[in-house]
Amino acid sequence: MAKFSLPMPGRRFVIGVPYAWLVLFFLLPFLILLYISFVDMGNDIHPFKPIWDTETGVLKLKYENYWSIFRRSEDDALFDTIYIEAYLRSIWYALCTALLCLVIGYPFSYFIARSKASLRPALLMMVMLPFWTSFLLRVYAWKGILADQGIVNQALMWLGITNEPIFLLYTNVSMLVGMTYVYLPFMILPLYATLVKMDFRLLEAAYDLGASPFKAFWLVTVPLSRSGIIAGFMLVFIPSVGEFVIPSLLGGPENIMIGRVVWDEMFTSNNWPRATALAVIMIAFIVVPLAIYYHSTGESADNRK
Amino acid sequence: MTSLLHRHISKLWLGMVFLFLYMPLFFMMLFSFNDTRQDARFTGFSLRWYEALTRDSRIVDGFWLSVKVATVTGVLSAVLGTFAAFVLVRYRRFPGRTVFSGMVNAPLVMPEVVIGLSLLLLMVGAQNFLGWPPRGMLTIIMGHTLLGMAYAMVVIQSRLMEMDRSIEEAAMDLGARPYQVFFLITLPNIAQAILAAFLLSFTLSFDDVVISEFLSGPGVNTLPQVIFGYARRGINPTIYAAATLLIVTVTTVIIAYSVWVARQTRRREREIAAAMRAETTALA
Repeated sequence: MAKFSLPMPGRRFVIGVPYAWLVLFFLLPFLILLYISFVDMGNDIHPFKPIWDTETGVLKLKYENYWSIFRRSEDDALFDTIYIEAYLRSIWYALCTALLCLVIGYPFSYFIARSKASLRPALLMMVMLPFWTSFLLRVYAWKGILADQGIVNQALMWLGITNEPIFLLYTNVSMLVGMTYVYLPFMILPLYATLVKMDFRLLEAAYDLGASPFKAFWLVTVPLSRSGIIAGFMLVFIPSVGEFVIPSLLGGPENIMIGRVVWDEMFTSNNWPRATALAVIMIAFIVVPLAIYYHSTGESADNRK
Repeated sequence: MTSLLHRHISKLWLGMVFLFLYMPLFFMMLFSFNDTRQDARFTGFSLRWYEALTRDSRIVDGFWLSVKVATVTGVLSAVLGTFAAFVLVRYRRFPGRTVFSGMVNAPLVMPEVVIGLSLLLLMVGAQNFLGWPPRGMLTIIMGHTLLGMAYAMVVIQSRLMEMDRSIEEAAMDLGARPYQVFFLITLPNIAQAILAAFLLSFTLSFDDVVISEFLSGPGVNTLPQVIFGYARRGINPTIYAAATLLIVTVTTVIIAYSVWVARQTRRREREIAAAMRAETTALA
């Protein structure tokens, strides 16, 4: 039987166009990023300088761009710089966000997966709908909601929980509310996808064998949804680490994350080599959990064999 | 007893999470009609913020720029995404395939700050050595398309993978040329996914702040950039008005798209049924 395939020139065109685009706009920029992170800018404002000795042609990489991230220049104290602090804070917020999304999203996905089959598409649609409306505007709304005179504080005072407004905005609270709010759908969708495929008769079997609901849930449901939990966790964690908009709108000076630090290093301090070095390390923070993720999914696939 | 309790808890939890997801939207829609700057108390109905919106030239200019950028990005992303999906699904073996699939997927996990920064370096470098392109609309479109293409590829790839290839083979056997097969069989089959990819990358572009902030030039500001600038300064109900218009538009488009998809599916089912009937009568 004839197999549909394009003739050679067509095939070359189909592969070539996206390939060229990606090399030009992804690979090349990334290599430039890597290059600049080793440049010694000196007092020059022009970052495109050779990283080799122009006379001998020997490579001359400026590792100091990276070292200065880990070592304080005044007293050589290791790991006690604003950069390390910002990295750790970003990872911490991303972890907290992923955990909060899991705690809120797991029961939610579970209940949707167990609702009437005819209801499920509508419920999922309702999860997706806010996702399609501007992320920026939805974050911005929280600024009004959490303000000192905002509706949350008004409600708390009306309920008599507090007499004067609690500072919610520009704190850890507003940061985590905003980040959880934005990334919750990324947790719900993969969780739902695994939970809806689960055979709930397994739970009944566990009950029949005398397991308490909690034990059955912990020993049957949770392990069966493991892949969804991991996928959701990654989908929330990875974009959260580099979050730029939410700390700018809902965070205070105490809540600066690494994305903002890269920006400031680039446009305020004009230290391009350090900004790029910070970005390169940031990529490492994304690649390591991803590698673990692929490793773990590859392993579980092997186990099933 | 437990199941009754379970049902109540489940309803309560679903309700609470939906409240959480929708509160900001309803909040903005309500307070866009407020007649004062008050954020916590609705003092009276007015359209003054909508009026302010139409008179704010920065918002209006930003809106039109965003529409242009998002439209071009959507089209480019859908085309490149279709190409990329085709390459990944249909061409199992060609030199550099691993690199290719890595490069298509990478923008999905890269922090936007890193994408913006590296593209900025590319543009600055190009400007130094070639004197082109100037930072502005063009550079923003290039940046958005890098991201949009990755998302478009994912959407189209999944449709292409579940597509029944035997129809293509049937067309080939009936003597169709490869390009005829593509335009008459393959393309109509994945058209829905291409439209979804266009909508997704349009939305991503229309919503993006970070990449635009890195790549835009002086005086060139997309709508999200203008809003971001206002938002950092404090509460401004004009933005609520803009948000309300956006929410209404998006909801309408999504409902229209769902209706269109449902109608397409029904029409195809009817056509298949009709074809089957015709076949049985012909045989009889």
